[in-house]
Amino acid sequence: MSQNFNDEREGGYGFEREYERAGMGGRGPRRMQRRKICRFCIDKVDIIDFKDVRLLSSYVPERGKILPRRISGMCASHQRMLAEAIKRARNIALLPYAAD
Amino acid sequence: MADKRTYEIVFIVNPDADDAEVMRLTEAIQKIITDQGGIITKTEMMGRRQLAYEINHQRDGVYVLLEVEGSGAEIAELERRMRVNDRILRYMTIRVDEDRRRADKLKGRRAKKAERRPAAGKAKAADADDNDAESETA
Repeated sequence: MSQNFNDEREGGYGFEREYERAGMGGRGPRRMQRRKICRFCIDKVDIIDFKDVRLLSSYVPERGKILPRRISGMCASHQRMLAEAIKRARNIALLPYAAD
Repeated sequence: MADKRTYEIVFIVNPDADDAEVMRLTEAIQKIITDQGGIITKTEMMGRRQLAYEINHQRDGVYVLLEVEGSGAEIAELERRMRVNDRILRYMTIRVDEDRRRADKLKGRRAKKAERRPAAGKAKAADADDNDAESETA
């Protein structure tokens, strides 16, 4: 059995909290935040495997949507790869299309 | 076979199936591929697992992963067979050779870069260019 196949949702990157915060407010001066850097570029990831549920689920917030780039700070090419992998995982029922 | 392609096939078997049936089904699928001239490079039983959503009123399923090399013709045949098999809840085939080739290329490029940088390769390259220019004018 492949070891990356167990999906504990813990060990995420804490993006979810940030995601919710970003949705709130909208009033007042926009707080400048340090530009986030692409985690996959740092780790030099070339292929994002759709079977790696644990990795993917850290980029899928509670609702089951794909975490947008503006939150995660991902680079464009890695975001594309990630989105593709998430969609593949959804097709094979590793990730939900929509969750509530 | 002109060009060889690599595919990853994942399929989900009905959870009512016991291990023997899953094995039997997997072997049948492997046979379809080899009969069509494909080569199986990897077989992985990923085991029983909860589905993220219901498929045919089933909440879980048995996942099997195959890696196949071939021309693509055997994939067409295999998908046709899997579609009519009602013990297979879902299947997905993905072509992986192109992505892997790209990844290898990137890796190679990175290795080359890492090798060049610490040896002060830039200065050397510039020197070489100068020499070339001189020899041309001379």
